[in-house]
Amino acid sequence: MEKIQITLNINDKLCEVMVYHNDTLLEVLRDELDLTGSKESCGEGVCGSCTIHMDGKPVRSCLTLAMEAVGTKIRTVEGLANGDELSDLQQSFIDHGAVQCGFCTSGMLMSADALLKNNPKPDEKTVRKALGGNICRCTGYAKIVEAVAHACNPQDDCPDCKTDSKVRE
Amino acid sequence: MSKKNSEFSVVGKRIPKLDAAQKAMGRAEYIQDIKVPGMLYGRILYSKYASAKIIKIDISKAVALPGVHTVLPGEDVPEKMKMGFYKDNPPIKKDKVCSFRDEVAAVAAINPEIAKKALDLIEIEYEEQIGIFDPEKAMEKDAPLVHEHTKSNVLKLPWNIHYGDVDKGEKESAFVVEDRFTTTGVTHCCMGTSGALALFDATENLTVYTNTQIPSLAQKDFLETLKVLGLKNKRVRVIKPIIGGGFGSKLDTYAYEHVAILLAYKCRKPVKIVFDRVEEFKATSTRQPTVTYIKQGCDKNGKLTFRDIRMVLDNGAYTSWGATTPTVMMMPISSLYRVKNVRYDAKCVYTNNTYSQAMRGYGNPQATFAIESNIDMLAEEAGIDPIEFRRINQNVPNETTPQDFKITTCGLAECINEVEKELKSGTAKEKGVGVGMASLIHVGGGARIYKSDGCGAILKMDDYGKVDIFTGGTDMGQGMDNITAQIVAEELGLSAEDINVVHTDTDICPWDVGAHASRSTFVAGNAALGAAKKVKQKIQEFASKFFDVPAKEIQFKDKLVFVPGDQEKSMPIDKLLRKAHFSQNGTMLMADYFYDPDNESFRKDFKCNLSATYTFGVHGVKVKVDEETGKVEVLDYIAAHDVGQAINPLLLEGQVYGGVLMGLGYALTEEVVQKNGENMNANFRDYKLFTAKDAVNIKAPVFETADEAGPFGAKGIGEPGCVPTAPAVANAVYDAVGVRIKDLPITPEKVLAALKEKNG
Repeated sequence: MEKIQITLNINDKLCEVMVYHNDTLLEVLRDELDLTGSKESCGEGVCGSCTIHMDGKPVRSCLTLAMEAVGTKIRTVEGLANGDELSDLQQSFIDHGAVQCGFCTSGMLMSADALLKNNPKPDEKTVRKALGGNICRCTGYAKIVEAVAHACNPQDDCPDCKTDSKVRE
Repeated sequence: MSKKNSEFSVVGKRIPKLDAAQKAMGRAEYIQDIKVPGMLYGRILYSKYASAKIIKIDISKAVALPGVHTVLPGEDVPEKMKMGFYKDNPPIKKDKVCSFRDEVAAVAAINPEIAKKALDLIEIEYEEQIGIFDPEKAMEKDAPLVHEHTKSNVLKLPWNIHYGDVDKGEKESAFVVEDRFTTTGVTHCCMGTSGALALFDATENLTVYTNTQIPSLAQKDFLETLKVLGLKNKRVRVIKPIIGGGFGSKLDTYAYEHVAILLAYKCRKPVKIVFDRVEEFKATSTRQPTVTYIKQGCDKNGKLTFRDIRMVLDNGAYTSWGATTPTVMMMPISSLYRVKNVRYDAKCVYTNNTYSQAMRGYGNPQATFAIESNIDMLAEEAGIDPIEFRRINQNVPNETTPQDFKITTCGLAECINEVEKELKSGTAKEKGVGVGMASLIHVGGGARIYKSDGCGAILKMDDYGKVDIFTGGTDMGQGMDNITAQIVAEELGLSAEDINVVHTDTDICPWDVGAHASRSTFVAGNAALGAAKKVKQKIQEFASKFFDVPAKEIQFKDKLVFVPGDQEKSMPIDKLLRKAHFSQNGTMLMADYFYDPDNESFRKDFKCNLSATYTFGVHGVKVKVDEETGKVEVLDYIAAHDVGQAINPLLLEGQVYGGVLMGLGYALTEEVVQKNGENMNANFRDYKLFTAKDAVNIKAPVFETADEAGPFGAKGIGEPGCVPTAPAVANAVYDAVGVRIKDLPITPEKVLAALKEKNG
């Protein structure tokens, strides 16, 4: 089997990379491009730890071939922040205690970010549904759900929302 | 908020986890992410049988595969290399396999794919033998022996106690209830799978990067391995990458760590082994499955008269720390509620199942399931409301239990009241809806299960008023880092971000027995506090010369060192530190402290004050049972705990929520299904974890009893969240539909079968 060269658009940068035709996108991100923020936990599309965005939609990078990503725009957890300036969602995860061991965090963030792009003020049920494919063993989900629901819609009665800032849009 | 609480500057504050930002940016390095130059990938081959003789092994084809550096069969592993609490487990088996999880060979290759292919090329001829999988059957006289050199499958362990007189207690009882309860194997499901990277330097000193909860003890185990390899007087350095979840799974050293060392030594190259998810399910340990026979009685007023428990534990094929969980089970058995006459006898039994290990709660959830389910049955028999029944028997402050546990602070009464309020609020009883409760006692001030329960800390201050603290404690996501930082910051008048907590490297961090027994806040916290106090004193002494006042008058707050009431005598701490450093005959602001709590090891009769303080809690749950499908839905959950003092309420809630959901999995959905020793559900589709969609509304009120022994009054809270969850749910199911499920998990099938039996 021969490697072939492909070009991927990852976090708004073009990357040329040599891949086997059966390499998964997750393998290429982690092993070839050193973007190790996306995690492999189950390797079969069940746990959501490897979730990335392909053209804005959340996909499991462990079930996606690198070849399928050619011509699409890929965003990974490394591309959520603007330089060192965290996105509102990332900051909300931090402030609400949504991060414990952190292994599921990047996948959670990517699933949640995709939701908030379409629906900046989701109710709890909507958040829970959107995160239904991401497993977390540490948090019991409560704080993750809160972090997502409050990310763009801070609540006065939440001790962990920074409500002194304006409502984030 | 108590007055004392409002006086704190940093303690008691909801400060986000210190490493949350790097984790949220995808920058945290887990074992999965670490690569070093020249690194090879190791992989382990497991047995095809639960019990078999190994007749022949042929590695020649695997060795010949391009890219393979070495193949390691059992015969190449030194005979003396054994793992576990009993040292009965060689990292690779040579002549015989005793479980499907048994390692039979390993390879190291240039990439994971080649390593995997090489395993397929190893040819092994087995002669299958009859296995034994039911621990009670394994105790029978003619049962096949898991290990031929033993006379019986029952391990020779002294787990039995008898305090007071149980037979007399029974005679004096007005009501007696007895039953049999069982729990199954569940597993940790850390999102970051297990892994280790071993490398030797040019002079044969070893470095191991590993996901461990016991860096200092792991260092000792790895040194043993070096010794067996003939490498004497060599150094072992253990580095912990960021850990993707622990929950007790990493309280021993495992075959993959020792095999990585063996492969690295043989290849003279770094070797990393990282499990995939299937391997994580099949080759890591479960919580001990148990069979419990319990009998409890009370007098006509509902006062407990005796508790008598006999338990059989499925040890699996080898003996890790799981076999010692009965010592922790003794705690709720002897000391949950006031009961003078208690007896407990536990037998750990070898089977050809996967071997069991420590898991959050360390035996307490199994014992509490039987006790608290049976308490509800006894309350019903006595005609007393179950909440009232518990109140009659509740533990109180400043009392010694039959096992000699010295209960100091105890907020059980407050927790019972809070849960009662919650459960009795709301509308009239609906059909199929019920409530249940269960209490817990757990070690909250360390636990002296080793000779030492200590933890060291080294603290140094720099020119900028910042602190580096090197601690023996381990963070695996639970927040040991924050607790340490907040305690040090509080003591020195700094903010949490001024404190750099270093806990990853045995070359620079002091000794500790590990992150177990909910001990990090209490023990690592007290170690950090001790070091901070010593440095504080040094600074006071230094500053007293400048301010010309006695050292003890000098105080610390908001990064200032000052004499209260005298505005002239105040200086930013960084400026003062620079003066200490940049002067003739300067001084270095640094201190070390070793904290070993005032608790005791078990005596021969297992009496002792195991922990310096105890954590109490009560959980209450409201469920809805669908009588058509048998499905149990959790409507509301309250977990009230006496935590001494919440050092960080944000992270504390995280521990409770996470613990409760793990406990609900234990109660309702989780089970490692083993069929004749073979794991039948080694994936997240068939091993049912709760997801975000299974919305459970959890309230987590805390009671702050300010324990004198704890750092700023705190007790441990890492494990309690999952301790009384299963019995609370079982009791609620009974309240809802009148069937008592005595075997975990409480699946729809079991509920339906019980309903069918009840309704005829």
